Amino acid sequence: MTIRRLSVFNVTSLVIGFAFLYLPILLLVIYSFNASRLVTVWGGFSTQWYGALFRNDALMEAAWVTLRVALLSATIATVLGTLAALALTRYGRFPGRTLFTGMVYAPMVMPEVITGLSLLLFFVAVDFDRGFWTITLAHTTLTMCFVTVVVQSRLMTFDRSLEEAAMDLGAPPLRTFFSVTLPLIAPSIVAGFLLAFTLSMDDLVIASFNAGPGATTLPIKIYSAVRLGLSPEVNAASAILIGIVTLGVISATLLSKRSVLRSRRNAH
Amino acid sequence: MMERTLTRRLSAGLVPAVPYLWLGVLFLVPFLIVLKISLSDPAVAQPPYKPVFEWSDIAGFFSALDFENFTLLIEDDLYFRATLSSVRIAAVSTLLLLLVGFPIAYGMARAPERYRALLVAAIILPFWTSFLIRIYAWVAILKPEGLLTQALMAVGLISEPLDILNTETAVYIGIVYAYLPFMVLPLYATLEKMDDTLLEAALDLGSTPWRSFWTITVPLAMPGIIAGSLLCFIPAVGEFVIPDLLGGSETLMIGRQLWSEFFSNRDWPLASAVAILLLIILVVPIVIYRDVEARRVEVQR
Repeated sequence: MTIRRLSVFNVTSLVIGFAFLYLPILLLVIYSFNASRLVTVWGGFSTQWYGALFRNDALMEAAWVTLRVALLSATIATVLGTLAALALTRYGRFPGRTLFTGMVYAPMVMPEVITGLSLLLFFVAVDFDRGFWTITLAHTTLTMCFVTVVVQSRLMTFDRSLEEAAMDLGAPPLRTFFSVTLPLIAPSIVAGFLLAFTLSMDDLVIASFNAGPGATTLPIKIYSAVRLGLSPEVNAASAILIGIVTLGVISATLLSKRSVLRSRRNAH
Repeated sequence: MMERTLTRRLSAGLVPAVPYLWLGVLFLVPFLIVLKISLSDPAVAQPPYKPVFEWSDIAGFFSALDFENFTLLIEDDLYFRATLSSVRIAAVSTLLLLLVGFPIAYGMARAPERYRALLVAAIILPFWTSFLIRIYAWVAILKPEGLLTQALMAVGLISEPLDILNTETAVYIGIVYAYLPFMVLPLYATLEKMDDTLLEAALDLGSTPWRSFWTITVPLAMPGIIAGSLLCFIPAVGEFVIPDLLGGSETLMIGRQLWSEFFSNRDWPLASAVAILLLIILVVPIVIYRDVEARRVEVQR
């Protein structure tokens, strides 16, 4: 292979591109330590907004609801998405497969306003009170499709002779699944779960349609605060969320690197 | 033995049946309800539309359906203008995304191999942080007395505060910023696989770099260009958060219109009709995208 060289143009576009991606986030975090109430005027270093944030009961309550919705919906979505991925890769042509594929792909590209509105109208039609459960069901429906795609791509590049070997040695299908298939696709299931969790934590539009008086999520709170203008407390909340995500992604990367190293060592 | 295979078959059937049923009830049925309600009349009640369905009154059900909401959508040119401007804003944003994303993806593909995984991770990382927060960050930057104005005034490039927030320019900046990973990743995927010897051959044969870029790199990157463009264009047409937080009151977009019909005017049938309209606009790009993806999956196999 020829050696690819980075030209000045390549380096410049990378530097500008990544600065464009990261500068706004960085500024947001820096200004969360601003002593001034005016968000864009620097008034010295302070952590007061973090204190104010933790004393803001409504915001903390919303954060707690968001976390519970995300955990529950991501868990159900992971199970459903894995089943759907198995159905699409292992079941050949079952009746209604085309419709099934369509239903898996459509929610991912459908504008959120349509998904949100249609689910709300459904819940109203069946007389289901809006609140924690409607948000959870709505998020599960959206995120299971993403889990399906992630797990499906792993299942397609998967060496099926391992499964066949287990079956030939007399392992029943269920046992084969749990002792051969599942461990091999586990990383993609974890990745699917994390994606589902993040999408649920992040969602504003679908949650707004399906939230009830009893349950408000953090993005809904942040959105209504932002509409009223910039608020240093929102900066602090954002900085915490960014911190959690960064730590999560870094530890996930390190973990997957370690497991790759371990499996390499075992192979030798 | 017979019984065992029967239970096995039934339990095997459960694998597709469970997710199938879930999506049928929570995706397909709700969608049919939107279609139905878009054809009903609004009512001052809770919920604010006439009853959905009575099995005993099927004839009445069909006769109550009408296209009044859609006639309204056609007659009131607000929706027509919102549709046009959504498509225009999404198309311009997609073009800008290509212009911004291509050099980044190209640089990533040319970077030494050991850095590439890191660069891909760095492109994806912002995607994991909240969309809302990333848009919020731009409000502080673009405000009249915001950080961009402060920076440019300090350097001496401008003397008057910039007034970008609440304009269409801010919407473009927001969309390009939020969707950049969706454009860069498919482009990078095709550019990374490109065979460099083709470019060398062209150069050896006397082609200018500019010409070989257009006759070799761009055609080879076409699958990535198409996938990235659709991946950005489709959600951008229905975008709500970005025009709402960064755009001005005159920034018309169909997703925003749906939101205000629903939350401010509480006209659920009209909101449903707007949803159907939005879907009609997107059907063609979505079908193309599905085909492109299906072909990509086939190739992968």
